[in-house]
Amino acid sequence: MIAERSFMFKIFNGLNIVVLIVIMLLCLLPVWYTLSISLSDKAAASAGQVFLWPKGLTFGSYATIIQDGQFFRSFFISVQRVLYGAGISFFVILLMAYPLSKTSKEFRPRNVIMWLLIFAMLFNGGLVPWYLTMKTLGMINNIWGLVLGGGLPVFNVILVMNYLRNMPKEMEESALMDGAGPWRILFSILLPLSVPVLATILVFTIVYHWNEFFQALVLMNKSDHYPLQSYIRQVAVVIDPTKMDEETVKRMSVLSNQTLNAAKIFISMLPLLVIYPFLQKYFVKGITLGSVKG
Amino acid sequence: MRHRSFAKHFYIMLLPGLLWLAFFNLYPMYGVVTAFKDFNPGLGILKSPWVGLENFQYMFELDDSKLIFRNTVLIAFAKMVGNLIVPLAFALMLNEVKNRLFTRTVQTVVYLPHFLSWVIVAGMMLDIFAYSGPVNAVLSGLGFEPILFFADAGIFPALVVGSDVWKEFGFSAIIFFAALTSINPEMYEAAAIDGASQWKRLTRITIPSILPVAALLATLSLGNILNAGFDQIFNLYNPSVYSTGDIIDTWVYRAGLIDMQYGLATSVGLLKSVVGLVLIATSYSLAYRFANYRIF
Repeated sequence: MIAERSFMFKIFNGLNIVVLIVIMLLCLLPVWYTLSISLSDKAAASAGQVFLWPKGLTFGSYATIIQDGQFFRSFFISVQRVLYGAGISFFVILLMAYPLSKTSKEFRPRNVIMWLLIFAMLFNGGLVPWYLTMKTLGMINNIWGLVLGGGLPVFNVILVMNYLRNMPKEMEESALMDGAGPWRILFSILLPLSVPVLATILVFTIVYHWNEFFQALVLMNKSDHYPLQSYIRQVAVVIDPTKMDEETVKRMSVLSNQTLNAAKIFISMLPLLVIYPFLQKYFVKGITLGSVKG
Repeated sequence: MRHRSFAKHFYIMLLPGLLWLAFFNLYPMYGVVTAFKDFNPGLGILKSPWVGLENFQYMFELDDSKLIFRNTVLIAFAKMVGNLIVPLAFALMLNEVKNRLFTRTVQTVVYLPHFLSWVIVAGMMLDIFAYSGPVNAVLSGLGFEPILFFADAGIFPALVVGSDVWKEFGFSAIIFFAALTSINPEMYEAAAIDGASQWKRLTRITIPSILPVAALLATLSLGNILNAGFDQIFNLYNPSVYSTGDIIDTWVYRAGLIDMQYGLATSVGLLKSVVGLVLIATSYSLAYRFANYRIF
């Protein structure tokens, strides 16, 4: 009986591992397929002959991208946006989280400001009022519209605030005794101790700014000003419904830039793929830090 | 304590964030008055004439309203169920594997799609589900006719829900992994001594221990029933699938920023925001009452 059971469980565990491997491959295959399309011969790709391995291996698409001025301009705009956005968010969040980590006894307006933040996180005026007010703020064709336009990242403020609140009070009290002021306490004591949560929000912010594509479509009048994701959407994703019937789809795909677009998609993923192993350490913590229970 | 003298510094610290909040969160909220106006770009928000509830009346007369509401709720609900059950099942399966290297590798890989933008995922999907793409190649190998996936209104919602689950299940599983590691190992040891099988340990210890977490996540996700995923659908849809794929947010985008019906689009967006706020507040207070969950 026991032996029979453990035999059943060997089968179960084996099957379990097989299914998990299949799931893992399903997550990787689209990325792999895009890479092999981008390295394939144009004609082979559009004839649907490419599967797991590039057919007619060529770096032609990548060579074409090197000469594509708009691709590089957009890439640079994205980098700029990430640097500004992540840098500003980082300091604003840190500075806000510290006073808000106090109790309302220690800092009177704390709860009022908290509720204001929560309200701003859960309610928004919608797309059109956002666009109209961004216009009056002069954010059209302006990189600051992309950096600041998403609004204060309230969720990240709360994340850091919760982290600071769970820190032992004695840290701060002993620093107070030694005569340290609030800035000193924040930057030389709390900041070094908050590296895990700050790294987490940095990861979230970088990924957000790198991936966000929509604001530029609305705020930028010319595609010269597009960050990379908006540019890629414009060249590779927009589906023209007039091309949707079978005959034209076939005809179009011969002429299309499928391999080139795949190369663009792959390059735009590359920065994330490169830093991903370093990111992983932090976001797992971050998501479990997201809430306080108890 | 000395904290009192800190207050001045605390205000200075809060200032940059509050300015950001005022200009880019609160000021756009004021723009919702556009919903009650016949907005004229030449006059601006302030000077455009008031029209009361006319925009809302018009909204309820439109056939589109029912359609986009139905599509939104159906897609959001299907995503909610998929993004709860798949990560839960996946976490339970991975939890049964004891080899650390294997579980770490699987986790690293399945978290990855979460970090790809919808532009990228949509671009990859267009290739994979293309008329001459690999999915259709497999289908014709099995003797089926190739399908124009992105032109088929019947298939589109399934593509949307499926790709969303594909992108998010790994990342959503993190919270279950955390819950699974916090189960007291002594329970398993005691069960093993009593001779409980692997199956018994799974059904009597593991699953009951993480059901409360699943219930909490389900409650919290109720607040998102009107968010069917703008970024995703905006990148995947086209007019031939509007009948099943057009959602409130994409409709508002077209009505407002393409067709320039500012008042109408604002009123639809406002109604959505208000209902959404009520739903989220309700789900959070339920979570607080029954699970003692709070965000701050």
